[in-house]
Amino acid sequence: MKKLLLSLLAAFAFALPAHANEGGYPWDRFPVTKMTDQASLQNGARIFVNYCLNCHSAAYMRYNRLNAIGLSDDEIRKNLLFTTDKVGEGMKSVLDPRQAKDWFGTAPPDLSVIARSRAEIGKGTGADYLYTLWRTFYRDDTKPTGWNNLAFPDIAMPHALWQLQGERRAKFVEAKDPHEEGKTVHRFAGFEQITPGTLSDLQYDEAVGDLVAYLQWMGEPSQGTRIRVGVGVLIFLALFVAVTWRLSAAYWRTVH
Amino acid sequence: MAEMHTAPAGAGAGQRLLTWVDNRFPLSKLYDEHMAKYYAPKNFNVWYVFGSLALLVLVMQILTGIFLTMHYKPDAAKAFGSVEYIMRDVPWGWLVRYMHSTGASAFFIVIYLHMFRGFLYGSYRKPRELVWLFGCGIFLCLMAEAFMGYLLPWGQMSYWGAQVIVNLFSAVPFIGPDLSLLIRGDYVVGDATLNRFFSFHVIAVPLVLLGLVAAHLIALHEVGSNNPDGVEIKDSKDAKGNPVDGIPFHPYYTVHDIYAVSVFLFIFSLVLFFAPEGGGYFLEFNNFIEANPLKTPLHIAPVWYFTPYYSMLRATTDLMVNVLAIILALGAVMAILRGGFRASAKIAIAVVAIVAVFLLKTFDAKFWGVVVMGGAVMILFFLPWLDRSPVKSIRYRPDWHKLVYAAFVVFFLALGYLGSQPPSTAGNYVSQIGTLVYFGFFLLMPWWSRLGTFKPVPNRVTFASH
Repeated sequence: MKKLLLSLLAAFAFALPAHANEGGYPWDRFPVTKMTDQASLQNGARIFVNYCLNCHSAAYMRYNRLNAIGLSDDEIRKNLLFTTDKVGEGMKSVLDPRQAKDWFGTAPPDLSVIARSRAEIGKGTGADYLYTLWRTFYRDDTKPTGWNNLAFPDIAMPHALWQLQGERRAKFVEAKDPHEEGKTVHRFAGFEQITPGTLSDLQYDEAVGDLVAYLQWMGEPSQGTRIRVGVGVLIFLALFVAVTWRLSAAYWRTVH
Repeated sequence: MAEMHTAPAGAGAGQRLLTWVDNRFPLSKLYDEHMAKYYAPKNFNVWYVFGSLALLVLVMQILTGIFLTMHYKPDAAKAFGSVEYIMRDVPWGWLVRYMHSTGASAFFIVIYLHMFRGFLYGSYRKPRELVWLFGCGIFLCLMAEAFMGYLLPWGQMSYWGAQVIVNLFSAVPFIGPDLSLLIRGDYVVGDATLNRFFSFHVIAVPLVLLGLVAAHLIALHEVGSNNPDGVEIKDSKDAKGNPVDGIPFHPYYTVHDIYAVSVFLFIFSLVLFFAPEGGGYFLEFNNFIEANPLKTPLHIAPVWYFTPYYSMLRATTDLMVNVLAIILALGAVMAILRGGFRASAKIAIAVVAIVAVFLLKTFDAKFWGVVVMGGAVMILFFLPWLDRSPVKSIRYRPDWHKLVYAAFVVFFLALGYLGSQPPSTAGNYVSQIGTLVYFGFFLLMPWWSRLGTFKPVPNRVTFASH
């Protein structure tokens, strides 16, 4: 029996490393410590409402849910309420989806659960993707918006944070294809700043990190509660396991 | 009319009430038959907890399902939003939803292990054939329940998964297109599909499922549980007529199972509270995008518990159909030459084989893929009659039988893994071999299960006291 189980485990171990990577530009790691930093989440909410909510909606996210990251109804009303006048409303966009489709070729998606939907098995979390996306925009005059992106090639969205980051060009080199003899591949070889932004590189990364932290939080506003409750439940169950184990043993001691 | 009993003089109110009830309903009798005087073998090992755990998960799914139904909207325009409403605005809605979604995966893990226990110890053998058949019915219901439930969140995977699976029915010759139309209620998966799947998911299938669970338990308690030695405990009884190797289910197995339940809940909570998406396998990432009939995802994969069967479907290419035809023809020739059948039987085999090969080459490989996928589940129903080994338990089978079981499990897991991946040439060959191993395991069982040197089976169970 043990041998059987061991061979099963061995089979699993063989199966796992064979995981195919989907390819494409590899994702950077989102600094997860931002998730527990309330100032970051609040700053992310500010950037989100100012830069994203003009075109995108987050219809399932009510403004007053921001209470959970330490913003009072008054603060929300004064600083963040641009698209409605009631804090109990969802974060709707003012953009007409039909016009948006004419302008960008596609309607901007709702962002309520964007961070959850963009994860990929073997590649990273949705937050990793978004963090990479916001750090890999570059000028590309062949595109209708004048912008392109490494994490999302041919993206329909222009660089909404370009004033913060400034304009950059992407350098590409022709390199030998490692898989096919005699062929070359178009390989990314770094960015080149054209015009400066209002933020330094470091400040920009921090700002984007805050924005992504907010998006990740907004995907599941109860995630903090979930983990807190989970810890309590596990502590209770650990005690329960100990009690039931001894209870069972006490009964079975008399069975011969 | 049955004889009326009276409570002894001076009995308490509880005793008198119980007597009153027992005169009208077999309460004490049922309790004795199924709990206090239901004798279960005392040598159960850890494999025997999954039945109770399956019952626990079933109850949990029903209870959480009731609460989800209070807030969910089975409407193509509102379904996705109503799930997010449950996750955000319904107090503790996120917990109920995660319990239900994690519970679905937990149900399959527990049921797969429960079934594998049956494989290991021959729990489906005489006299437990009906226990096994009801169990297979439960497994089928569970698959229907999971498939239809997965459409309800109305995400991209919900939508396209349902589209792919319902389209499979259109591969059935002659009636296929009408059949898939009947299932969908529309020409594409849409609001009509969502409404009927909701109806099936919350009432029709659960009703059948509960009936089958009751039948499964009644049949089990009629014949008594098997055990890791595959020895019938009813063969050795004490002076009072109770099995000497048996032990009353209550309290011994109730406390034992409560212990198992607490361990299970610990592991379940680890996933539920700290990884409710199950790494993208329990809740697929694409399913956080609302269903869009105009945008087909690049890679459509069913949820993990269906992937072994999905792999078998994808493995059934034209090449595979040719291989099946050759295997069938060779099998028929072998049976005619070496089977020792009567002349009339030989002619029948030849006719059936020729017709079968003809049909294989006539219909589309897609149809045979559906047959293979359905057959992979239906073949389980025949297990009690396929196994011809002289002993029940793997403990007393030849050692190499364990390797056969191990190979079966390894290929089943490999099929499951490949079914979750985008198709690849190498992967497809492995799934084709896996499909042949899966069916070979069952169809050749009447032959291989008899071979080898079996170990002597003891008269009594082996039990070391705790």
